[in-house]
Amino acid sequence: MKKKEDKKSKEIVFKTLYVEETKYKTIITKKFENRKVWQNPDSSLVYSIIPGTVSKVYVTDGDTINEGDKLLVLDAMKMKNTIRVPYSGVIKKVNVIEGQSISKGFVMVELDIQLLNIDNKEVNS
Amino acid sequence: MSLRSKTLELLRRREKAQQGGGEKAIEKQTAMGKLTARERVMELLDKDSFSEYDLFVEHEARDFDMNSKVLHGDGVIIGTGTIYGSPVCIFAQDFTVAGGSLGLSHARKITKIMDHALKLRIPLIGINDSGGARIQEGVNSLAGYGDIFFRNTLASGVIPQISVILGPCAGGAVYSPALTDFVFVVDNISKMFITGPEVIKTVLGEEISMEDLGGARVHAEITGNAHFFASSEIECFEQIKKLVTFIPWNNSRKALPFKPKEPTKEFIIDKIVPDDPKLPYDIRHVIRAVADDSDFFEIHELWAQNIVIGFARISGDTVGFVCNQPLYLAGVLDVDSSDKAARFIRFCDAFNIPIITLVDMPGYLPGVDQEHAGVIRHGAKLLYAYSEASVPKVTVILRKAYGGGYIAMGSRHLRADFVFAWPSAEIAVMGPEGAANIIFKKEIAEAEDPEKMRKLKVKEYKERFANPYVAAAKGYIDTVIEPKETRKILVHAISVAKDKTNTNPHKKHGIPPF
Repeated sequence: MKKKEDKKSKEIVFKTLYVEETKYKTIITKKFENRKVWQNPDSSLVYSIIPGTVSKVYVTDGDTINEGDKLLVLDAMKMKNTIRVPYSGVIKKVNVIEGQSISKGFVMVELDIQLLNIDNKEVNS
Repeated sequence: MSLRSKTLELLRRREKAQQGGGEKAIEKQTAMGKLTARERVMELLDKDSFSEYDLFVEHEARDFDMNSKVLHGDGVIIGTGTIYGSPVCIFAQDFTVAGGSLGLSHARKITKIMDHALKLRIPLIGINDSGGARIQEGVNSLAGYGDIFFRNTLASGVIPQISVILGPCAGGAVYSPALTDFVFVVDNISKMFITGPEVIKTVLGEEISMEDLGGARVHAEITGNAHFFASSEIECFEQIKKLVTFIPWNNSRKALPFKPKEPTKEFIIDKIVPDDPKLPYDIRHVIRAVADDSDFFEIHELWAQNIVIGFARISGDTVGFVCNQPLYLAGVLDVDSSDKAARFIRFCDAFNIPIITLVDMPGYLPGVDQEHAGVIRHGAKLLYAYSEASVPKVTVILRKAYGGGYIAMGSRHLRADFVFAWPSAEIAVMGPEGAANIIFKKEIAEAEDPEKMRKLKVKEYKERFANPYVAAAKGYIDTVIEPKETRKILVHAISVAKDKTNTNPHKKHGIPPF
């Protein structure tokens, strides 16, 4: 008898879900729980948009760079993708080395941006 | 040569060809926990009903020393047979013959049985167990796949098409199942993906096992590519047999009726559905409480569980149920659930199966991920499918029917034939809390005790609008019924709507928001 109860309590875990300000008691699905939570993009971070291997790094920490300069080459899908810097600024930190395999969404390079083309507040907030 | 010796010669040839890839290969297949293609066909079809074609077909490949190789039946078994007496066409890829790889003759056998199924207007069942294209046959293999996809598409909506994944099914091969109506997978046996783990590793550097990438569970729970999940091949065949009893042979017939049976379950509404619309329950109990013999055959049981779809019978006739499931995610509509329900509704409509909708949902799932995943487009599929469907449509609103979800869930406005509501139904533009906060914003803000005022206003709104009578006064619902009358009224609605006709404007085809 006790065993049965244990099984039941293990199976169903109710949580709260808000829909239009109303609290509902319900089971949260695995897929919903594992969903990607939105984060505001940080313009000073250069992410990989595809998994691959870094085959060449052109910059080191502290380098001054201008918009359009090459940062690195990311080999992915049998293509050499040259990653260029979208803003002028200073390299704060390079997080990859040549030959390193990285996943999608990896922060490859961190920048100190001298705000040229983008709105001041947007970057700082 | 006498007829007798000629017959013996036939038997000798037949026996040889039926060995498939030979003892060793069969041993390997068995060691993987898999039945052979021939065993599968025999298990699935009625005893002694299988009639095989093209057993003696040979491949015509000449390159890479292929001309010296004998591939029995070219790695696929085709034929006709019956399931509970209903005719079906079937093909089963034989992994023991060259890994079930698809060459030109192999593909021609499959397209032959597909053409046959379409001509005879009977369901097609495809058992997939193949390493993919036969590389030695080059572009002929690709041509073969293309010929299959094309026929899957033409047959769609004319005859039911069932795919069973009992082994690897990779690359282009997965698109044939994807074009069919129902996909069955078996734990640890089925594998489906476009690009396999090895390619993903070399090209992208991501390491993943075959099972985690495209195993049965992945497709049953995460992608929704598989409609039915079983833990063994035998269980899978039982599911297929059961499905066949619910669906018609083709789109100009109805499913064969069964003898009407009362539900086995007594319907004690207070025990199933809580009064408080914020509390969960399992909608499947309500379905079983109204369905013949309390028998509900659920589709997509593990995917997008916030909506429940499946077949049941009402007074002997097959019906499709589409129901919000308050047990999961409060029964909200979202990308996956809209997709799931819309496709099912289109199947029912194509094959003359009435649709019963049970409504209890608070609206659409809020969230950036939903918006960015295209809930607008996917949600629109549901509106499209309901509007377009011309089969009898019966809707019962049990509790919540708020906002856009009220419209989407088989409302009068999308041409439902019967709309019933329980006295507990709340048909409103949004949930009472949200509505009160907007309408009485000023009063609440200016009150001495805003929280107290808010509660008062929510209560006020609830009393006035969270009921079925506002909608009933406009004729948007036909009748407010006692919950215990639900089965009776469903039986009535389905029986009076048997000869329902509905026409859509003439068109080549619509453009649903795929």
